[in-house]
Amino acid sequence: MTIQHRYDPHRKWEPRQPGTGGGKTSAMIASLAAEGYDAVPAPFGHALVEEAKKNGRIVGLTADLAKYTDLHVFAKAFPDRFYQMGMAEQVMVSAAAGMAREGFIPFATTYAVFASRRAYDFIAMAIAEEYLPVKIVCALPGLTTGYGPSHQATEDLAIFRGLPNLTIVDPCDAIDVAQAVPAITAHPGPVYMRLLRGNVPSVIHRHCPDYRFELGKAKLLRDGTDALIIASGFMTMRALDAAVAMEKDGTSVAVLHCPTIKPLDTRTILAEAGKGGRLVVTAENHTVVGGLGEAVASTLLTNGVTPQFRMIGLPDRFLDAGALPSLHDRYGISTEAIIRQVRGWL
Amino acid sequence: MQHERSAGALSNTSLARRAWDIRRKAVRMGEVQGQGYVGQALGVADVLAVSYFHALNYRPADPEWEGRDRFLLSIGHYAIALYAALIEAGILPEAELETYGADDSRLPMSGMAAYTPGMEITGGSLGQGLGIGVGMAMGLKAKGNPAFVYNLMSDGELGEGSTWEAAMAAAHHKLSNLICIVDFNDQQADGKSTETLSAEPVHDKWAAFGWHVQRVDGNDIDALVAAFDTARNLQDDRPRAIVCDTVMCKGVPFLEAREITHFVRVEADEWQKALSVLDETKPE
Repeated sequence: MTIQHRYDPHRKWEPRQPGTGGGKTSAMIASLAAEGYDAVPAPFGHALVEEAKKNGRIVGLTADLAKYTDLHVFAKAFPDRFYQMGMAEQVMVSAAAGMAREGFIPFATTYAVFASRRAYDFIAMAIAEEYLPVKIVCALPGLTTGYGPSHQATEDLAIFRGLPNLTIVDPCDAIDVAQAVPAITAHPGPVYMRLLRGNVPSVIHRHCPDYRFELGKAKLLRDGTDALIIASGFMTMRALDAAVAMEKDGTSVAVLHCPTIKPLDTRTILAEAGKGGRLVVTAENHTVVGGLGEAVASTLLTNGVTPQFRMIGLPDRFLDAGALPSLHDRYGISTEAIIRQVRGWL
Repeated sequence: MQHERSAGALSNTSLARRAWDIRRKAVRMGEVQGQGYVGQALGVADVLAVSYFHALNYRPADPEWEGRDRFLLSIGHYAIALYAALIEAGILPEAELETYGADDSRLPMSGMAAYTPGMEITGGSLGQGLGIGVGMAMGLKAKGNPAFVYNLMSDGELGEGSTWEAAMAAAHHKLSNLICIVDFNDQQADGKSTETLSAEPVHDKWAAFGWHVQRVDGNDIDALVAAFDTARNLQDDRPRAIVCDTVMCKGVPFLEAREITHFVRVEADEWQKALSVLDETKPE
C-alpha cells in the first residue's frame, strides 16, 4: 500500500516569497457573493429568535458551535431555552430527539461534517426513524472553508439523501435562510438544513424581488432559451451572476433554484427540463456523487425526459486546503467556472 | 387506573411473584417464536418487576399519560423481557404474547417505539438510550414535570462512546430526574463483557462522571427495592446510576448451568421444560 502524499517527500521545501502567490484564505460567507450585494448579519439566528417569540416549543442545542452557527443570537435572547451540549454531537442529536419526544421543537447546530459523518446513526434511529421534529442546522456545507476535508462537508447531501423521512434544505442566501426557518419549524418532521452563517449576502431579491422560499418548491428565478441551470445553495447566486454575464454576449440562461433537495420538486424540474431545446445543467456546492445533480438526473431519466445534460459540482475526491476563492475556481464552482463550462457545452 | 407507587406498595414477596410472572411470559414468547433473548429476560426480570411494580408511576390504560415515569429500553433485543413486563403491568393484553415476532405483530423482536404501546424509544442501535434519556430529562425539567426518566441499558453498551457523552451531559445539566439502570450480566455478543472490553471499575467510572452510583445484586428483590428508593429519594442534583449484577437465565437452573453465551440456545423441547421448572418454583 502506498500513502497518497499531497507533497513530494523528496523535494526540498523552499519558502515562497511573501506576496507572490496563493489567494487570501477566507472563511467569510459574505465573500461567496460578488461585490455589490448587501450582507445580512446572522440571518438564521435572528429568524430563529423571531420564530421562538411566537412558538414556545422551540429550543436550541449546540455542540460547542453556537457562535459559529449563529445560534448565539438565540442563546442570548432565550438563555433558558438554549442547551450547550459541548463537543459531543452524538448526545446532542440524541438529546434533541428526547426533547422532541417531550413536545419541543429542537434546533440542533454543529458543522455539516460532524452531523453527517459522526452523528449519522443517532440522526437515523433516534430522529428520522421516529419522524421527530428535530431541525439539524449545519454550517460549513460543501466547500465553504479552506481547512481541508476535516471541515469540508462535500458529501453531506449524499449521506442524508438516503435517509427516509428526512427533509433536506440547501438555501441560497440570507433571505432564503431567514424564510426557511419558519417553514422548517412548521414542517412536522425532521429537517437537515445547510447553513450560511455570519454576514450572509442577499442576492436572490436583487434578481427576483418577488421570490419567497417555500419548502419543497423549486422556483424559476429567471427564464432563458439556451440553457437551464438547476441550482441549490450558494450555487444559485453564482448561476444568477453567470446568467447575467452571459446575457451580455447573447447567451440566454434560465435559473431554477431548488433549495429543497429532498423531497425534490420533480414536477417543476420535469416541466422546466422538458421544455426542450435547452442544455440542462445542475450546479451544486457538493460532490457530483449523490447530490442535487444525480437526483435531477434520475428524475429526468426515469420520466423519459432526456435533454442534453451536464453536472457542475465538486469532484469525487478529498479536496485541497487553501484559499476559498481559488479553491472554488480550481474545482469549477466559481461564477467564472460556471460561465466557462456552460459556454463549452453550448 | 393510576398506579401511584411508593416504597412498600407491594410486599417484596409479591414483587418476587411479579418477577416470576415476567419470566414465565418471556419463556412463553420464546416458545412461540422458537427463539428470543430469553437468557437476558430471565436475568433482568427482577429489575423489571421492581421497576414496574415498585418504582414507576404509570397508567396502564394511558401509556402516553404526561405524568408517567418514562422507561427507555436502550437494549432493543431485551424487548421480549419488556413485553412480558408490559403485559404483566396491564399495558399490553396477554393474548398478544402469542404474536411475538410474527408479521404485523405489535411485538417485534427488537423494541421499537412506533410498534408497541409503552415502548418509549427505538432501541437496538446500542448506546443511544441514555442520550435520548438526557433530552427527555431536560425536557421534563423545562416543563416542570416531576416525572423520572429510567434508562435500562446493558453492560455491553458501556463500550459505546456515546454512553459517556450522555453521562457527562447528564451530570453537567444536573439531571436528578434521570436514573440509569445497567444490567451487568457480563455477556455481550462475542463473550464476557469484562473480557471483550472491560468497563470495570464501573462504579468508579460513573462516580467520576458525576453520578450517584449504587451497585447491587440485580436478582435480589430487597436490594433492588432499596436501591430504587435511594435513587428516587436522593436529595441532590446528580443523575443516578444503579448497576445491577444479574445472572443470565436466572430462575431456570438447567439453563443457568449451560455454557452461557449472549444468545442462549434453547432446543425446541426445552421451552416446555423451562416452563415446568418455573412452575415448580412459583412464589406465593
